[in-house]
Amino acid sequence: MFDIFGIDPLSFLIIAPAIAALIVAAMPSANKSLVRWVALGFAVLIGAVAVTVFFVYQQNQPSPDASPFLFEVQVEWFSLLGASWHVGIDGVSATMVLLTGILVPLAVLISWEVEDRAHIHLALLLFFETGLMGVFVAMDLMIFFLFYELSLVPMYFIIDQWGGPNRKYAATKFMIYSVGGTLGMLLATQLIGWSAGTYEIATLATQWPAFREGSALLGIDVATVKALAFVGFFVAFCIKVPIWPFHTWLPDAHGEAPTAGSMLLAGVMLKLGAYGFIRLVIPLFPDVWNSTVGLLNIDVATLFAALSVLGIVLGAFAAFGQNDIKRLVAYSSVNHMGFVGIGLAVMARAYGQMWATGAAADAQTAIIATNGAVLQMFNHGLSSAAMFLLAGGIYHKTHTRDLREYGGFWVKAPIYGAIFIFTSMASLGLPGLNGFVSEFLVVRGTWPVFTALTAIAMIGLLFTGGYILKGIRAVLHGPFNLKWRDYHLEIERREVVAIAPLLALMLITGVVPNWILPVINDTVTRILGG
Amino acid sequence: MEVNFSDPNFLPWLIPVGPLLAFFIITLATNRARLVPATSHEYGGHHPDYEGMLVPVATVPSRILSVTVGLAGVIMALFFSYTVAFSAFGEHGFGAEVVYASNIAWMATGDTAFRLGVFVDPLTVIMLIMVPLAVLMIFIYSIGYMAHDPRQSRFFALISLFAGAMLTLVVADNLLLLFVGWEVMGLCSYMLIGFWFEKKSAYKAAIKAFITTRVADVVMLLGIVYLYYATGTLNFRDILYNPELLEQLAATPALIFGSWGISAASIIGIFLIVGTIGKSAQFPLHVWLPDAMEGPTPVSAMIHAAAMVSAGIYAIIRIYPLLEAGGNPHYGILSQPMVLMAVVGSFTALFAATIAVAQNDVKRVLAYSTISQLGFMMAALGIGAYIAAAFHLITHAFFKALLFMASGSVIHGMEHGEHHVHEHAAHGHDDHHHDDHHGHFDPQDMMNMGGLRKTMPVTFITFLIGGFSLAGFPLITAGFWSKDEILADAFYGLTKGYGAHALVFIMLAVAAFLTAFYTMRQLGLTFWGEPRTEVAKHANLGRGLVSFTMTLPLIILAFFAITAGFVGVPPDFPILGPIFSPEHNAFHYFVIETLHPAFQAEAPAVNAIPVLTSFVVALGGLGLGWWMYWRKPLVAGEEDPLVGILGPVHTVLKNKYYIDEIYVAVFVKPSQAFSRFVIDFIDRGILDGILHTIARVATWIGDLFKVLNTWLIDGVGDGIPDGIFDFGGWVRRIQTGHVQEYLLVVLGAVLVIGIILALSTGILQAAG
Repeated sequence: MFDIFGIDPLSFLIIAPAIAALIVAAMPSANKSLVRWVALGFAVLIGAVAVTVFFVYQQNQPSPDASPFLFEVQVEWFSLLGASWHVGIDGVSATMVLLTGILVPLAVLISWEVEDRAHIHLALLLFFETGLMGVFVAMDLMIFFLFYELSLVPMYFIIDQWGGPNRKYAATKFMIYSVGGTLGMLLATQLIGWSAGTYEIATLATQWPAFREGSALLGIDVATVKALAFVGFFVAFCIKVPIWPFHTWLPDAHGEAPTAGSMLLAGVMLKLGAYGFIRLVIPLFPDVWNSTVGLLNIDVATLFAALSVLGIVLGAFAAFGQNDIKRLVAYSSVNHMGFVGIGLAVMARAYGQMWATGAAADAQTAIIATNGAVLQMFNHGLSSAAMFLLAGGIYHKTHTRDLREYGGFWVKAPIYGAIFIFTSMASLGLPGLNGFVSEFLVVRGTWPVFTALTAIAMIGLLFTGGYILKGIRAVLHGPFNLKWRDYHLEIERREVVAIAPLLALMLITGVVPNWILPVINDTVTRILGG
Repeated sequence: MEVNFSDPNFLPWLIPVGPLLAFFIITLATNRARLVPATSHEYGGHHPDYEGMLVPVATVPSRILSVTVGLAGVIMALFFSYTVAFSAFGEHGFGAEVVYASNIAWMATGDTAFRLGVFVDPLTVIMLIMVPLAVLMIFIYSIGYMAHDPRQSRFFALISLFAGAMLTLVVADNLLLLFVGWEVMGLCSYMLIGFWFEKKSAYKAAIKAFITTRVADVVMLLGIVYLYYATGTLNFRDILYNPELLEQLAATPALIFGSWGISAASIIGIFLIVGTIGKSAQFPLHVWLPDAMEGPTPVSAMIHAAAMVSAGIYAIIRIYPLLEAGGNPHYGILSQPMVLMAVVGSFTALFAATIAVAQNDVKRVLAYSTISQLGFMMAALGIGAYIAAAFHLITHAFFKALLFMASGSVIHGMEHGEHHVHEHAAHGHDDHHHDDHHGHFDPQDMMNMGGLRKTMPVTFITFLIGGFSLAGFPLITAGFWSKDEILADAFYGLTKGYGAHALVFIMLAVAAFLTAFYTMRQLGLTFWGEPRTEVAKHANLGRGLVSFTMTLPLIILAFFAITAGFVGVPPDFPILGPIFSPEHNAFHYFVIETLHPAFQAEAPAVNAIPVLTSFVVALGGLGLGWWMYWRKPLVAGEEDPLVGILGPVHTVLKNKYYIDEIYVAVFVKPSQAFSRFVIDFIDRGILDGILHTIARVATWIGDLFKVLNTWLIDGVGDGIPDGIFDFGGWVRRIQTGHVQEYLLVVLGAVLVIGIILALSTGILQAAG
């Protein structure tokens, strides 16, 4: 399509943040202001490329008979293993690239509040972007895995070094949990790559499911190998999303991370998990999803849906019971990502049916559910990042996260209050704002497939209202707590600049979702053969 | 179709634009404030005094601009609405052959798209007549009512959004867009009920309103989703003007409860009705509405009349054919949703009326009367009295907006009087803080009033007109005609021996009697007799702009509270029929075309029994009220005679059957306890417990290996090469401290990998 400094745009999106990170890290730490501006400059440049990539993709959507991937580049690399540097994006990846490109500059801007070793902090944020972009554009399983692991490292240090009082515990938990998950994934990756002789995701998607039962692989029954590989991927991505009950790392990590870290963790990193399901677990294991889990006598897709609904309901309750503003927002992620999960369960079932019989029972429903799930990923990225920005802002000013210490801030901080309510409403899924569109699509898609579970999920949706209103009430309403009489509580101009793009996107997506939805829809329709 | 806004098919798009634009303009541009000390009188009223703190108060130019922008938005909406409405009146065959509609592809769903747009049929038209007019009155009233509020700009922004959302809901051509307006209104009422957010009662009421309606809304969402799944569309015309489709839905077993013989149409209908039960405050989700009066009074008028609760009834009137599907109320065959509406509606009508009898707060009486009147509409729909429900919706909106604003004037007058009394009392001792009085004296308590007719004559007359309309005073009030039509329809079914109709007739007749009684009680306690407190003696609206803007809307609405009924007089009604309906019942004739001919029903012929019933219950109730509260008005310190008559029943009624307390015990407390249980027991206890156990075991195994190492390797190993030792030492040095160094090493490693990658990519690309 187009080149940047002789490099294709996707490779640029991966490499540029790493180089920018090095430059920023190497800069003299004394001149913080310069470091910040340079980091922001890089982030904005990379963000601009990401936005361009998205809109070029939107304008040049591949025709139904062409490959769904654009910006495809394949370069030989590690041919010994059968891995290659293969990047490209479809509509789902384009959406995620856009989200990453938008959020990183805003996180950099928010990190200006970090005074301690500012240059390293900023460098880590940029370096983190490399990992994220790498996962979203990878078309090779090896590359995917590489960047998936890579993204852990900077986030670990961000939490461990710049986090809140309990940061050591949170960072270790985050790291152990994630690495524990990816261990199985590494094994599965090797198993699949080695037995199929390639790491091409597209090739694997057709070949790997076709390995029939009965034939022996490495002397082990194929079904066993497949089951093991499935579990490896499944658990790794469940941890990342996070799907209940693999979520307990999240409130700690999100709660303790510095503002920018929380923004990117919730905004983008969780999407790695959901993206992994769409890109790998569903295409590679279509047969497994509709097979029965012996112990429970339900199929895997239903199990996944049930866990997602548990996340929706219990996540909402857990958020409702919090008195720590950042943990409240963190649990809201468990709640919201549950909708992604249940949408993907519908996709998985339909894809399995399609693989087995040539057509899904109700392709339209599955497409709507998947559209909803992907859009929910994007929407949650916007609203959770904005929520963390606001929670971080108030924490930075008051040095407490305890909701009971706040009260009546709307008196002194009218602009902050208005933005806080707007963002909360987006998070709550108020119709007219972004979250509603995706939740509506997901509910529409899951209702005919998992009827009872969808009905139960409504309890979660109800309590979403509960914890959101609790947050507004504790921060803004009530008589002003005179303890903060002499504090500056109003939102800072820099914070307004950082949150403004998110607010605009929330409103635009809620009012005219078709600016982004057709990009997702085309790819999803193609995957599910609508 | 070419987009052309002079075409009535496109013009409805512009109707909500004015108020929505006003919201954004006020929020972003005309919301400037200056800082004043919190103890200043400018921050008085509903706000606490914070010692030594500056608080923002809207500047005068901002106030003027905000009011202007808000009014301009509503007038714009009114103009476009009436243009569309009058264009529709002039249209031949409007409703049956012609409707105004246009839509756009809004959301991609596979190979098709979800389309969204505007739609105007006769039902929309009557809403377009009522809503902008009532909203304009409320805006004018708010100018005076909010003139001294420190956040007047914010108020006008929110109430503009409220109006915009209601108009969006009215012109929506599908259930999804309706739901958007529906929920945005929910947000606005939350914000406005909690407008004086520093008050505990205000923010509690706001949360209660939002959560209670949300209980219903999540169920309604399922209904919308199910309908969308079952029909592939949510467009009103496509679904509701399509009897074959509806029959098919009524013949399909539902996805859940299908085995109990419930059809898809029924379950969808029930889900959607639950939405209305929440929004229109029907039992058992009525609890939020009485508390909603914590907001400024214009908001109450907005919620109770022009927008919020009317929207609930409007929605079920709108989807009525779906609710009827599978039955025919005119032959006594009721589908399950219809039965639900008939039972819930008639029960609520009576239940709320009994509570209203025992309330002393001037606004609370009105709040329960709203619940009761909405029950009338709901019950009417339940027996298929479609037109009567729509008619009552319109007349009720006018007289209830009037009543709320009149009660707001009363309260304002009482506060004025309180101020006056206080200034006199404070003359002697200046150190007395001016806010001391607040909290002790309740300006909304009717027991503190009495005799207000003398100082507030216009308010008295208009309140009287509104009250009589609510009570259904025969022949001259709008409320009589609409209520009579409901009773007539119910009676018609009763004569055929239909059980639901009989239930509705009896319950509503009793409720109507109670309505007339508590209205008269309210009027008597407030305006008649002699002032029971010093404050009431001095209650008045003062003079000037505030008084003018708060009086003018009352007069205009009083006009409609009488005349709005005359558009729906049955043509065969003795004497009045030929005068007002020479050809046909204008309202009936126009609105019936909303329905597909398969669902249309003739109005029953005038029958003396229901008409006499209307006369008797209205006049009887008013008479009893007069006998108890006007003949011998209460004097200061005297107890309400009802207390003695009803005894312990009065206590139950006064406490609203203790439903709030029951809900707290059954729903609120257990939810809070469960949320703590999830955090402490499930997440911390079980899940993290398992994790920590694993971690402990791993550490233990690690320690075991370390011991083995020390014992085994160190014991044997003198021959460890120095190189490895050195390397180990180096690693240890990194680990023991300088994270930055460690980081640099990691980054350096990545750089190397990255450069190799980049170069190899670039070179190979160049080569390729």
